[in-house]
Amino acid sequence: MLEQNIFAGFGGQGVLLIGKLLAEAGMFEGREVTWLPSYGPEMRGGTANCSVVVSDQPVASPIVTSASAVVAMNEPSLDKFEDAVLPGGKLFINSSIIAKKATRTDIDVYYVPCNEIADELGNPKVANMVMLGAYIEKTKCVGFESVLDALLETLGERKAHLIPLNREALNRGAASIR
Amino acid sequence: MAKKLMKGCEAVAEAAIQAGCRYFFGYPITPQNDIPEYMSARLPKVGGCFLQSESEVAAINMVYGAAGAGARVMTSSSSPGISLKMEGISYLAGAELPCVIVNMMRGGPGLGSIQASQGDYFQTTKGGGHGDYHVIALAPSSVQEAIDLMQDAFDLADLYRTPVMILADGIIGQMMEPVEFHNEQSSRAIPEKIWAAKGYNPNENRPRAVINSLYIENEELQELNDRLQGRYQIITETETRCELYNTEGAEVILCAYGTIARICKSAIALAAKEGIKVGLVRPITIWPFPTNEVRDTICGGSVKFALDVEVNAGQMLEDIKLAVNGEKPVHFLGRPGSFVPTADEILERIKVLRRA
Amino acid sequence: MATTVFKKTPVLTDTIMHYCPGCGHGIVHRLVAEVLEELGVADKAIGVVPVGCAVFGYKYFNIDVMEAAHGRAPAVATGIKRVHPNNVVFTYQGDGDLASIGAAEIVHAAHRGEKITTIFINNAIYGMTGGQMAPTTLVGQKTTTSPYGRDKDHCGSPIRIAEMLATIEGSAYIERVAVNNTANIIKAKKAIKKAFETQIERKGFSLIEVLSNCPTNWGMSAVESMEWLEQNMIPYYPLGVKKEV
Repeated sequence: MLEQNIFAGFGGQGVLLIGKLLAEAGMFEGREVTWLPSYGPEMRGGTANCSVVVSDQPVASPIVTSASAVVAMNEPSLDKFEDAVLPGGKLFINSSIIAKKATRTDIDVYYVPCNEIADELGNPKVANMVMLGAYIEKTKCVGFESVLDALLETLGERKAHLIPLNREALNRGAASIR
Repeated sequence: MAKKLMKGCEAVAEAAIQAGCRYFFGYPITPQNDIPEYMSARLPKVGGCFLQSESEVAAINMVYGAAGAGARVMTSSSSPGISLKMEGISYLAGAELPCVIVNMMRGGPGLGSIQASQGDYFQTTKGGGHGDYHVIALAPSSVQEAIDLMQDAFDLADLYRTPVMILADGIIGQMMEPVEFHNEQSSRAIPEKIWAAKGYNPNENRPRAVINSLYIENEELQELNDRLQGRYQIITETETRCELYNTEGAEVILCAYGTIARICKSAIALAAKEGIKVGLVRPITIWPFPTNEVRDTICGGSVKFALDVEVNAGQMLEDIKLAVNGEKPVHFLGRPGSFVPTADEILERIKVLRRA
Repeated sequence: MATTVFKKTPVLTDTIMHYCPGCGHGIVHRLVAEVLEELGVADKAIGVVPVGCAVFGYKYFNIDVMEAAHGRAPAVATGIKRVHPNNVVFTYQGDGDLASIGAAEIVHAAHRGEKITTIFINNAIYGMTGGQMAPTTLVGQKTTTSPYGRDKDHCGSPIRIAEMLATIEGSAYIERVAVNNTANIIKAKKAIKKAFETQIERKGFSLIEVLSNCPTNWGMSAVESMEWLEQNMIPYYPLGVKKEV
């Protein structure tokens, strides 16, 4: 198994976080993982992205230029990374705010209305978790419970009450493309 | 102990604390700000001291003061900041003071970029400051290795009374990987720092501490230089380290250090799929340079040529060529700045060179 | 029976100083050493000496001493003090070292309220390198790099360090003194003592600016240089306490 992913979106959409949760969940499941963020001026309100590798073998390169999966949470991210998907790879598009369609025909494309589902759940902040749910549904890269364990580490016990909401977000994201 | 997902910069900082570092002086610069941030939170809780200095220059001189006072002390920066520290590093070397300097390299020259680069090989290994000195330079290629090298870095510094540099790049600094802290105590016998400035009492059996690199008489300066060169000789003989990967029977040898060595391993896997046997020689100490290992590996019978891969215009390349001394062709792939070569590019170059 | 009426302080070594005849450095070294002895802190003292005429200070002070890079003594002293907060740490710097190349370090040491003491020798010239213009060189004063006299339109007016550092919140005791006559030398010693006491009481940063002479590079006899200091330097650099908390 070698999953080489790019998660991209606006700063504030939580793409670095879902990338980190995926890496940590992979680690909990005994995989080799790396998480590498873009950093610098683009962190300040512009686009953010991270490369996440999950593998059975020690990860050689943490830099993902050819991705088995790309998650695009906004349009500039789709423009920037659509070509990075390997033939036969997967492209996840946040259809709530990206109006256009993918142009590639040699890959699997999934449209996930992340923000709408998050709004239905009563918390727009979980749009990223909706997307992560969809991603996991199709890649089977890690299990939901590992992701929620990772989330609990990040949130801490004080915010543990947010776990059910996030579980629901993962489930709804998965269901949306089933 | 369970594995923990940790950013390179933070892992390096924690490893330093576990290696006994209690003093940190530094100035903010991207991409290594997580190190001072981590230190500012942790050091006061372990009885240490973090101080944000007014400049890179002040930081390295605070390190000089703390090192001369006998402490395990560290600073960190990135390329332009390291350039500023070079005078101080020369003084530390001249005054025979131990310390650890972390360099998370970024693109240059000048203000350059904030993305990862390897443009500081020359300034690290060829004496960025004035005079005939070296720093021991350790180049980790993973977050775990950066942790593991930290205890060694402080031990080597104390043992040989020399600055030690951890030479990594923005990728190692910003990347998260699962890591383990082994909490191992030092296996080396570190002599007591009787030379350190702590306050002099003529009635006590300790010589007056004079921490100094000024020797105005030629003979005295010669004595210092002879001492340093003798020490560098011992370090070269006993502390040189490198990784040989897949080199047995290889037809092509890649040379790389740090993050780039990992990308080379990806290229080696791709090459294997096409039936091309490629190996890697990865210096872990870039000073002392593993001259013998590089020569023996590249000049081995099955090897047709070597390809050195760096994110610069060909800096380590010079040391490789010196080691190989014309016995085998040594090619270069890399660009100055921050363009990190991909595994595909490396494989493509190998194929082109094989055809030639 | 002979009675001892004077004894050299053991906080100075017996090494013969390299300073020019009539230079004030020797006087100030002795004052600092005597103060350390009188305060009973010589065995806790760590000195940091500069680049400049006092570069060999480590040979003369019979205490632990570190030699700093040019201008960096306050940063070095900061490192030492943070490791050994109960020791008495001081820098001894000249005007090129402190007021020119090391301006940032001294300002920020004061700004942090670093609990160190700085002895600042202002003799209005670079001595060690052969009499070049210093930031403290007086307007009109001729040096090897201001051969027509310092022109303030060209390179500014001399900098008043004591007054400047007195404006900084972290400074606790700042005084300017001179060593051009016996009365002033006695006052200088009191000031130096006060500065070290300020450090020992952990009140903050302390600095004594000492107006001193440089007969060699001023091109005068020792006596003439003392008079020149009195007539030219003191009017521009008024003596006295600039800050006391």
